[in-house]
Amino acid sequence: MKIAIPHIHYLAIAPVLILFGAALVLLFATALVRTKVSQRIATLVTVTASAAVLVVTYFQWRCIDQVGATTTIAHAIVLDGFSVVATGVIAASLLMASLVAHDWAVRERIAGVEYQILALASTAGAVLMTQANDLVVIFLGLEILSIGLYVLVAFDRQRATSAEAALKYFLLGGFASAIFIYGAALVYGATGSTNLSSISYFLGSNVLLRPGLLYAGGALLLVGFAFKVAAVPFHLWSPDVYEGAPTPVTGFMASVVKVGAFAALVRVLISSLGTQMDTWRPILWVLIVLTTLVGASLALVQRNAKRMLAYSSINHAGFMLVGVWAGTVRGIAGTLFYIVTYAPTVVATFAIVTLMGGLGDENHSIDSYRGLARRQPWLGASLGVLLLSQLGAPLTTGFYAKYAVLASALDSGGAPVALIALLSAAIAAFFYLRWTMALYAEDTIEATRVVVPASTGVAIGLGVAMTLVFGVWPGPLAALAQHATVLFTP
Amino acid sequence: MNVPAAWYLILAAVLFGVGAYGLLTRRSALIMFMCIELMLNAVNLTFVTFSRTLGDIGGQASVFFVMVVAAAEVTVGLGIVVAVFRRRSSTSVDELSELKG
Repeated sequence: MKIAIPHIHYLAIAPVLILFGAALVLLFATALVRTKVSQRIATLVTVTASAAVLVVTYFQWRCIDQVGATTTIAHAIVLDGFSVVATGVIAASLLMASLVAHDWAVRERIAGVEYQILALASTAGAVLMTQANDLVVIFLGLEILSIGLYVLVAFDRQRATSAEAALKYFLLGGFASAIFIYGAALVYGATGSTNLSSISYFLGSNVLLRPGLLYAGGALLLVGFAFKVAAVPFHLWSPDVYEGAPTPVTGFMASVVKVGAFAALVRVLISSLGTQMDTWRPILWVLIVLTTLVGASLALVQRNAKRMLAYSSINHAGFMLVGVWAGTVRGIAGTLFYIVTYAPTVVATFAIVTLMGGLGDENHSIDSYRGLARRQPWLGASLGVLLLSQLGAPLTTGFYAKYAVLASALDSGGAPVALIALLSAAIAAFFYLRWTMALYAEDTIEATRVVVPASTGVAIGLGVAMTLVFGVWPGPLAALAQHATVLFTP
Repeated sequence: MNVPAAWYLILAAVLFGVGAYGLLTRRSALIMFMCIELMLNAVNLTFVTFSRTLGDIGGQASVFFVMVVAAAEVTVGLGIVVAVFRRRSSTSVDELSELKG
């Protein structure tokens, strides 16, 4: 018997290969090298790998320009503008997050390079999710991403909360994955394929007499995704896990996981279930309303910076869903722009929270931020800019991102949903402003200056620079998001 | 004797339901963990049944992926359970109360 090997387009899968290869290189180095591999080398490998992925995305983009979007490996992997931009953001987030994690590991005296190995492997899973064109491949990417993260969340052996958060994340994450793959199985039964484009083709050319199976499957897929992006009412794990995880890991989660999960969500809803838009839009509508409002309101009452940012990130997930709800090319571009700008902002925010946490990573009360900008003007101003960007203030990326998704919703006749999202932004403005004001308030407590190590400083600088540069001048990035279309839009 | 495919699907749905119910009601981390495995195996049964009715090999191939993922989850999950157990000498999730709000 002859087994036909499908054609492999190596440029398309190069990012996954680089990230996973780098993880393997580090893993073998720790096993084979007689002396300990130092943190510095591990970070260097991670940074080099993510920079290499960024270079590869440039060539992928040129390839798409020349020959158009393609699929490879028996149509399971797709190379289109959307996947390239999402891959680029993930690589940039990994780069920044690994710089932050380096200083954190030095501060907490963590020997061993497992952190960087797991982060690289997880990122490979996230990249796979952005490129997956098959429900089973999405599931694989999701699990590669999650399994590494479960360990990363439990990484801090000093605090009991770290392992506790990991157990919670693991049980609920496993639950969500099981729901997702059951949904995939039901969709497979209804349409005869797990391939997204085949599903789309089947639904476009057939009328389902009994669509119950497809609806049940689609609903389960949506629940699985809602868990992963922490949409209300499936958000309960997120504040606990954000608080319990080591702070650099929280930053990594808030960026990389969101990008990966949203990329896959867009692909499933738009490119394979796009013909069923009238069915899933009302469900998404309810999710958006709950997610934006609950996220913003519960953030108001938090006294812990990490929990507050967790609820704020739930609120942002609601905004990202607005673009998906619109379902148009403009809506997808809006969501993509939102993700692209939110990821670096949130990594840099958590970088500052990591520094403020101090040795032991325990000190996360909002009160400890009082007067930060008076003691350390640069650090305080950076945090101020990042918070204002998440608020959606003009001249920061957050403003144009919110504008893009809301305008696309208005285009598709979604005035109510846009208004509700805007209302939630107004509620959210309250706690972002309160925090920013606290930064500039009179210094009442005797606080020590926070040391900003070089590589964390670089990560914060990158985040703030992106927030301001593309906030003042969003044109190029918005054009990029517009051109990064999803293959197979029905 | 020929059992209709629908029965297998119903069995799988019931297994999945039992798993989901157990996960939401039981308080021992290990049993909750077994419930996830039960759910994943219900998915496998569904895949195989559909693979048979559709006459398509893809469903059977998917089962292998699910099995591999389940095995990987077991290793990491048990590791986390052990890490928590070392600190608390209990695997009950009710005692995980440090994170609240």
